[in-house]
This record gives sequence, C-alpha cells and structure tokens, in this order.
Amino acid sequence: MSALHIKLFREMRRLWAQVLAIALVMAAGVATLLIGVGTYQSLDQTRNAYYQANRFADVFATVTRAPRSVLQDIADIDGVLAVDGRISKIALADIEGVEEPASVLLVSLAEDSVQGLNRLYLRSGRLPEPSGATEAVVSEIFAEANGFRAGSQLKVVMNGAQRQLTLVGVALSPDYVYAVAPGEIMPNEGRFGVVWVPESVLAGAYDLSGAFNAVSVRLLPGASEREVIARLDRLLAPFGGQGAYGRAQQTSHAYLDSELMQLQSMSRVLPPVFLLVAAFLVNMTLTRLIALEREQIGLLKAIGYSAWSIGWHYVEFVLLIAVLGIAIGLALGTWAGGALTELYARFYSFPVLVFSREPSLYLIAGGTTMAAAVLGALRAVRAAARLPPAVAMSPPAPPAYRNLLAGRFGLVIELRKTWVMVSRHLLHWPWRTAGGVIGLALSVAVLVGSLWSVGGVDYMIDYTFNRTERQDATINFLGTRPASAAQAVERLPGVLAAEPFRALGVEIGSGHVTRRIAIIGRPAAASLTRLLDTNLTRVDIPESGLLLTRSLADILRVGPGDIVNIRPLEGTRQSRPVHVSALVEGYLGLGAYMELGALQDLVAEGDQISGVNVSVDTLMQDALFARLKQTPSLGQISMQTVALQQFRATMAQNLYVMIGVLVSLAGIIAFGVVYNFSRISLSEQGREMASLRVLGFTRAEVSTLLLAEIAVLTLLAQPLGWALGFLVAFGMVEGFSSEIFTMPFVIGPEVFAYSSLVVMTAALVSGLIVRRRIDRLDMIAVLKTRE
Amino acid sequence: MPNEPADDARTQLLRTDKLTKTYAMGSTTVVALDAVDFAAHAGEFIVILGPSGSGKSTFLNLVGGLDMATSGQAWFRDQQITGLGDAALTRYRRNSVGFVFQFYNLVPSLTARENVKLVTEIAKTPMRAEEALDMVGLADRMDHFPAQLSGGEQQRVAIARAIAKRPDLLLCDEPTGALDSKTGIVVLEALTKVNAEMGTTTLVITHNAAIRTIAHRVVSFADGRIASIERNADRQAAASVRW
Repeated sequence: MSALHIKLFREMRRLWAQVLAIALVMAAGVATLLIGVGTYQSLDQTRNAYYQANRFADVFATVTRAPRSVLQDIADIDGVLAVDGRISKIALADIEGVEEPASVLLVSLAEDSVQGLNRLYLRSGRLPEPSGATEAVVSEIFAEANGFRAGSQLKVVMNGAQRQLTLVGVALSPDYVYAVAPGEIMPNEGRFGVVWVPESVLAGAYDLSGAFNAVSVRLLPGASEREVIARLDRLLAPFGGQGAYGRAQQTSHAYLDSELMQLQSMSRVLPPVFLLVAAFLVNMTLTRLIALEREQIGLLKAIGYSAWSIGWHYVEFVLLIAVLGIAIGLALGTWAGGALTELYARFYSFPVLVFSREPSLYLIAGGTTMAAAVLGALRAVRAAARLPPAVAMSPPAPPAYRNLLAGRFGLVIELRKTWVMVSRHLLHWPWRTAGGVIGLALSVAVLVGSLWSVGGVDYMIDYTFNRTERQDATINFLGTRPASAAQAVERLPGVLAAEPFRALGVEIGSGHVTRRIAIIGRPAAASLTRLLDTNLTRVDIPESGLLLTRSLADILRVGPGDIVNIRPLEGTRQSRPVHVSALVEGYLGLGAYMELGALQDLVAEGDQISGVNVSVDTLMQDALFARLKQTPSLGQISMQTVALQQFRATMAQNLYVMIGVLVSLAGIIAFGVVYNFSRISLSEQGREMASLRVLGFTRAEVSTLLLAEIAVLTLLAQPLGWALGFLVAFGMVEGFSSEIFTMPFVIGPEVFAYSSLVVMTAALVSGLIVRRRIDRLDMIAVLKTRE
Repeated sequence: MPNEPADDARTQLLRTDKLTKTYAMGSTTVVALDAVDFAAHAGEFIVILGPSGSGKSTFLNLVGGLDMATSGQAWFRDQQITGLGDAALTRYRRNSVGFVFQFYNLVPSLTARENVKLVTEIAKTPMRAEEALDMVGLADRMDHFPAQLSGGEQQRVAIARAIAKRPDLLLCDEPTGALDSKTGIVVLEALTKVNAEMGTTTLVITHNAAIRTIAHRVVSFADGRIASIERNADRQAAASVRW
C-alpha cells in the first residue's frame, strides 16, 4: 500500500464520525432510489409478465345478454387478436361465522379455458370439473381472509336461489390483481371475493345459456384501442352494451397504475434531495480537510508529487465515503424495498411478487451517488491541486473578516461579542452557511411534505365518513327495484331511517373527454348523506342539473353553467345534454349527483331505485344482518364502520409506513448537516474557544459559540423549509391524485410544528454530541502552538 | 536552594509550596516540576528564564489554573488554588488572572476593540476597552481586525485584552517569541507600563535572556526546579533591551 493510501485510511479513521454522517445521507439517497425505482420495477415488471403470461385483455365491456355468436363478430373487428365472452354476476354470499353478509363476483369458467383471456393462475387445488355443478375456485385474498381451503363450503345466492358451493381451488387472475367490490373504494378482504364456477352452472342459474354478459378483447399490437372500442360499442348496443373501456378504466389495472404513479413521484423527488445534501456535505468537509492539510500538500508537492496525484488522493477519500454510503444504502434499500414489496403482495394478488434486484438499478444508484460525491468534491480538490508548494508550506494568512454587520445593515445595537463572533463567522463563509440552511430546510421540507398527509387522510376520513356519507350502512339492491322497496327496508329490524338512491351508470363527456361513472340520484331532502363544497358549505341538490365533484369537473374541464353530455349505459341510452349547476368536493373516485326524480326522468324508467342508505340502531344490528341473510333478494349491505376500518388499515399499511421511513431519513439529513457543520466550525474555532477558556470563559459560555451557530442555522432553515415543504406537499397532491382518489390539500400548523420539532431535535442532539468536544479542549496547547 | 525568604506574608500575591507535576510517559514517569517553593509579591515584575523542558511553562500552567498539580500546594492570596475544580479554576482565571499568549490568540472575527470587550463583558470591574487599548498605544487602531494588524500590534491588543479586567496577576508565555526585536520591545514597553501604572503582578516566561534586565526579579528554571533567583539592583527600561 502506498504511503498516500495509508494516510487516506488513517484520515478516514480519524474523521470516522463525519465520514459516517455523510455516508448515511448518501445511503438515504441510494436507499430511496432503490426503494422507489426498485419497487416500481418489481410491480411493473411482475405486472407485465403476469399480463402477458395469463393473457390479460386490453378492452372490456359488459352487456345485458348477448348470444355467443356475437363473439365471432367481435373477433372479426380489425385489430382484435382474441375475444373471450363470459358470464359475470355479483351475488350475495353467506360465510359461516361471519355475521355481516358478504358478496362475491361470480365469473364463469369456459370448459376450454386454455383458449380464453384473463386466464386463472391456480395457486392450489384444482379447477372445477366441468360437470361438477357445485364446485368452484376462489380468489386468494378472500380465501386467506376467511380461512378457506380445498373442501370449504360457501353459500351463494344465485338469482334468488341459495346454492352451496364446494371450493376446490384457490386462484388468481390478472383482471382482479386488486379486487374491490363494485361501488367501493378500498378492498374489503374478507367480505368481497371472486368465485369462478363452471359456465354451465352460471348459465343455468341466470338463464344465460348460449349467451354471455361480459366480454374481454385482446388487441393486435399497434391496433387502435379507440377504434376497436367504437366498433365494439356499435356491435354491442343492441344487447344492452354498457360501453366498452380500455385498461385505463379497468378497476384493478387503474389501482395498480395509481400505485405505480405514486412510487414514481417519490423516486423523482427524494433521491435528488439526499444526493444534493450529500454533495454539499462532501464539499464542506473536504474544503476544511484540505485547509488543515495545506502544509502537507505543500510538502508533498515539494518532494515531487504531482498536482494530479494529490487531487486524486482527495477524490479517493470522497470515493471511499461514497462506497461506504452506497454499501449501507444498497443493504438498507434492498431490505426496505423487499419489505415494501411484501406489503404490496398483501394487497395485490400476483403469482409471485419479489423485489426486483435489477443489477442495472444497483449500478445506477451507485453511479449517481459516486457522481454526486465527486461533484461535491470538485471545487475543493481543484483548489488543493492548484496550490503552489511555496504558498502551501507557509501558514495561511489569518482569515480576513470584515465588519459586514455594521457596514451592510448599519447595525447600532450593541451585541454581546460572542454573538458578534457567531454572526461574523457565519457571514464569513456565506456559501457554507447557505448550504447548511438549505440542507436543514430540505430536511424540514421532506417532513412537511410527508407529515401533512396524515392530516390529509384524517380530513378525508372526516369529510367522507362524518360529514357527507353519514349513513350507518348502505344496502345495494342487485339491479334496480321500485321506490316502494325503500319502505320495505325501513320496516326491517333496527333500521331507524332509510333514504333511497339511484346509481346510474353513464358515460359523461365534454368535448373529446369522456369517463364512465355512476351518477347518484338522491332526494333533494336527503339528510343522511349530503354534499359539501371545498369550504365545507352544504350544497343542495338542485331540481334539475348536475352536481360534479371537483376532480371530475377538472378532468372534463367544465364548471358551473357548462353543459356536459350524458349517455346512460342502460335504459334509453340516449345521449342527453345536462347543465352543471355546481361543483362539490369529493376525494374518493369521480362522482356526479342529481335529484332522484330528475335522474329517473333521464332514463325514463319510472321510480326505480338502486339501493337505500340507512341509519341503524347498533343494538339491533345482528337482527338486521340475520334478516338480510334470510332475504337475499334485498341486496347487499355495506357497513360504514367496516369501510372506515378498511380504509384506515390500507392507509396505515401504505402511508404510515412510508411516513415512518421519511421521518427517519429527514432526521438523518438534519443530523448529518448539523454534525458536519459543527465539527467544521469547531475545527476552525477550536483554538479561539480554548483561548476563551483560558481567559476565564466557562464551558457553557464557550459552548454558546457553537450552539448559537447551530441555532441560527436551524432557525433560518425553518421558514424556508416550510415554504419548500408546502411546495413538496402540493406536488405530492398532484402526484398522488388519480381518478381513484385525490388527497385534500390541508396543512395545519401542527404539520409545520412537528416537522420543525423533529429537525430541531436532530440538530440539538448532534450539536450536543459535538459540544462534548468543547469540554476536552486543550487549554495548555493553545498557549504554545499556532494553528 | 537560594529561595527568597518570605518577608511579608500580606504582600504575597502568589505562593507555592512543594508544587510538583509529573506526567506518565508510557512506563516511565517524567517529573516536569519538582517541589517548587516560590512567592511573588504584589506589583512585582518577574521574568522566568529557562531552556525548553525546564518546567517554566508547567509552573505557569499550574499557577494560572490551567492544569492540576500532582502534589504540593499553590495559593493565590488566601485561596488555595491547587485542588480547585474546573468551575472554581475558571472563576479564578476569569476574575484574577490575565493571560498573554505567544501567538496572541486573538479572535479573528472581532476587531481590536471587540476582542477587548469580549473580556470586559464578563469581568467584574473592568476598565473601558478604549482605555486598555490606549494604554498599549493602540488608540488609533481600535476598529481594525487582527488580519489588518502587525504581529506586534496584535500582541499589544492581546495585552490590552488581558489587563482590561484589571487582573491581579498577568501571566505571559513567551510574549515576544513570535516577534522581531523591534516590535518585541514595543510589547515589553507595554507590559512594563501596565505593571508600573496598575501595579499588576506580572510573570513573563521567556528563553530570551536579554529580557532579564527589565525585571524586579529573575527566576531561572532548570530540570523542573528553580535554579536561581536574582534581584535586579539596576532595573533597565524596556527600550534599552537589545537582542
């Protein structure tokens, strides 16, 4: 090993704490890159491979009933590669030991299922015998939540008649990677699942022999999805076609997409922040190290080392730090990425979901970190390489201070001289001070940008469950029923109040933009549910006209007074212009609302309703459930409390885990910045501090010099951090907003307070660690030595 | 050992009794200061001579409250300073002792005036910073930063900083060690002037024997002991010193 290398390793050992602090910030950058991009790649690649292997369709449509001969016509459409017609029906299920009724989506299995699209991946057991009229395969998450295994029984009400199914297998399917019950937002693991049964069974039960009601189409590469959808719509219209749609609006696919989008927005923001701070820390530390080693550099040059080899010596120092940071970051990132992927595997049903260990990603993460480190070192290294040996060997001129305060600000207040020292020292190194402030501000910003979402989710929960959807439960009929059904529900045990609603599937459009949504019709006098605008002011349902959620209005680019086109996906199917009366707030999904009668008029179907919102006497809840199970024709009940639980569980798993990670990472930044800053400050002022101790200053008084610098830095960073954090949060609202849900942008003062508290604590802790060194200052040495 | 007899205990400002300091150097013990008995009287100007390693700096560190003695005792007036804790020693240095360093040790970010104020702000009965600087002849350089002052000027600022709190004891460790003879003499003039006008007991450590002529007494250290103490019958003015 060369002498310079020995010096390098000794230097590393001497500065181990600073080296580690920098390496940890780098590690955070590497880890976030790995977590964000790695998990993204894992999900994306797994999804693509799964879609490919199990032939996930590109276009989907449902009809009331179409003869199987139509499938050939669909196959003949230009651009269609394959077509698959099935029977798909929502049905109530009775799970033993679960009081609340569950619902399942029954999907037919063709006899020759090898040909079809959206093929099953059998996890365990076997497929039903085509002749086995009571056999079925069940979706994995539903099976796990209820403890189903081969041989378990499940009672399902098919078209009014209860059937006992024997589960013979557990399976996954690419169209239900994320399975949510129709009309719900979050998966209800135990109470909604997909059940695949032989086609003959469903055809018999629903009188759909030789017919289908759901069709999936796979496109030829390069085919126009739009054109195929248009042709498909024309072809299916006579059969009650409800409008074909592409993958973008397929629920399971759309949820995955929004998850991927969130990961992407995270991996675009966080790693650069960490690498920027790391580069700054490298610059700061190396500049100081080179200043201290000035005479050594001169000596090395004098004895014949080239400028290049001295420059490279310091680059090697930085590269060693980077290697350490990368090693920690890769380990941390692989572990956390694996954990996050495992978390995803609980929500998303993939045959296999493992964290991608793409070598290229590791190379990119390592490479960018090295590059950031070297970039940070560049200026300092260049200065070292250029130092002429004669100059380097003579002691540096004492730092020339100027009276910046008095000169620039005309300061007349007599500050204590220790404070004058603090302010002049900070102003003497303006770039370093600015870097420290920005580093701490970024740490505050990361915190504000992540902590706000806790309040955002709480607000969304309060808004949705306490302020707008205030019913205890919703009973969804299977199909529509006359308004009198609401009275029947009102007479059920435990029902205190019942308010009817109609959910009408429509295609809503303005210009070229269209979306398939459900318009909810409610009585103008409804009080269990109500609508609010962004300011939480109640918005009454107008007698005519449409209320749109803000997110839908944004997508359609319309506002109050504008006209949108509505084409019901059932009944008349006549496209009708309707004016938008007002906008309401709504965070879950895209929504539109009309007065019940006005909506019923739109499809000219009389007083049909889709379900009832009810308020329930909790003491009588069990009786109500029992009655609903006995009378399956009444429909499916969803409890708000359960929905809320699910919502919180899902959020806790995703968001809170992420926030926990971000808070630790922000703490690392704050700690790293303050630790390095104060070590350097101490190194520069240690001699002065020791002199002051000799002159009779107490430890506390001398420590003030250091702690005051940290305090000034930290305080200056707060407002900047708040402002940056506000922008980050705003960016996250945009980045996280999907058509499935939008986050309300609410930041309370407590978010800023908590963020500041975390950063100040981290700053204080590292400040106190460095402060201990002040106690060990050598007073005797300063009497004799010069710097 | 030619020790000065303790003539009048009331005028003794500083007194040591068998003051000893040993350091462990690996397996061997180095005796830096070996049972030194010494007394300094109020208003005395004492020059301490001795080669490197003779124990003079160790002596200064102990009586200045910067280091702890291994054995023996030291008194400042009635207060025994050996055995004091860190806080009490800090108080002692703060209230009673002024230090002048070889390399000035000024705070580079403070002007001459501010360097002095740094100390007067924490002193009990300080003089005005301007007054202290005037005394060392720097009235017209008060708003200059150390980087804008010559070495001699910096050392005079350091003297002003040391005396501004009106200490009873002024300890100077090689105050002219980093200066050429011309500027060194100006610094010595400042020290003798302070001693004459304020009556500050002054101990100056040096290995420059030429300085001996300006002292009331000259104490020579060798091998951790006091080798000799001479009283200057014919004390010279600082301006006459040459080296």
